[in-house]
Amino acid sequence: MAIEGADIITAAAYIGAGISMGFGAIGPGVGEGMAAAKACEAIGKNPKEAGLLTRTMLVGQAVSESTGIYSLVIALLLLFVV
Amino acid sequence: MAYDIQTWVNVAAFSGGGMAMGFGAIGAAIGEGYTAASANEAISRNTEMAGDIFKAMLVGQAIAESASIFALVIAMMLLFTTFAAHVLMIPVLLGAGLAMGLGAIGAGVGAGYPAGACCKGMARQPAMSGRLTTNMLIGSAVCQTPAIFALVVAFILLFTDFTNSPVSPTWAAILGAGISSGFGAIGSGLGGGLVAEASCEGIARQPLTATPVTNVMLLSQAVTQTTAIYALLVSFILMFKGFPATDLLAPPMALLAAGICMGVGAIGPAIGEGFAGRSAVASIARNKEHVAELTRIMLVGQAVAESTGIYSLVIALILIFVV
Repeated sequence: MAIEGADIITAAAYIGAGISMGFGAIGPGVGEGMAAAKACEAIGKNPKEAGLLTRTMLVGQAVSESTGIYSLVIALLLLFVV
Repeated sequence: MAYDIQTWVNVAAFSGGGMAMGFGAIGAAIGEGYTAASANEAISRNTEMAGDIFKAMLVGQAIAESASIFALVIAMMLLFTTFAAHVLMIPVLLGAGLAMGLGAIGAGVGAGYPAGACCKGMARQPAMSGRLTTNMLIGSAVCQTPAIFALVVAFILLFTDFTNSPVSPTWAAILGAGISSGFGAIGSGLGGGLVAEASCEGIARQPLTATPVTNVMLLSQAVTQTTAIYALLVSFILMFKGFPATDLLAPPMALLAAGICMGVGAIGPAIGEGFAGRSAVASIARNKEHVAELTRIMLVGQAVAESTGIYSLVIALILIFVV
């Protein structure tokens, strides 16, 4: 098996992409779940403000999602660009 | 020092067996300890129910134990079977051990939550004991499904004949399949347990809400299981697709990375969806007129949490099929 430098670099890029997206998915998933949990509790206590609470939840989750999207971007860059 | 293949197969079998039982013992022990702690708390609050609470504790602990019994079975098989002296048996044995060991963690911890809540609920509302036990049984049975997925993957790995497949990249596909289903089971077991805990607690507080609480519990548990199903799907593709032989390093690494990506990426969304489901179920128990709004907001929140799990699935599929 002749392994050359370019092959090792490609292999490392693939492993890096897998690790980036895999571990990067943990945090946003848990954090967005917490936001959704508190939104459910708040709407349960105060159903009249459901619209406002849903909006706040979605904006908060969007911010929390950003790191997941960074991971996705880095994974795609590793796979297709570098 | 040169060792023959048989030596390395034995090394893999023993280290795989060790990993299966070592990792597999973590979850059940934590879950059972939590159940026992909750049972004592419950008995101190309502000593008259001590007998029933004790029984519920043992039933709940038995379910939590099942995941680690799966791990024990796989560990025993790895220790006492004589495996063929083939290079690909090394990743098979390591992969089976990893899949079952890691896959038992979430189910064990998760099954402990509803069992503990059931014990506390029986102290609070002795009249609802039957309903609480039923809910605990359904809820913790769902928590066991990811451990059963891991068991299935471990069995398929052990009983499939890979001897005609090319060594590279099949070794990486086998190891990736084990890692994917093993890690992928952790979050779903935990998340499902959180939801089931809230349902037992809610029924004990508001017995009249038992029906909507159980329905939303089941819906939400189903959502938490989705990422474990993605992980199972990726491991099936890795095991059964059949990859062309290669001399390069990159193709096997892509398959290994696909397993890591989907397995680890499944943990977070499932736990997050479990948090959302737990709060939704708890709110429905307090306020059952708003069950429709609460279910809707729960599903919207869970859909957002699911997105990173879907990104992981997409990257894993790109690693397998595109690059």
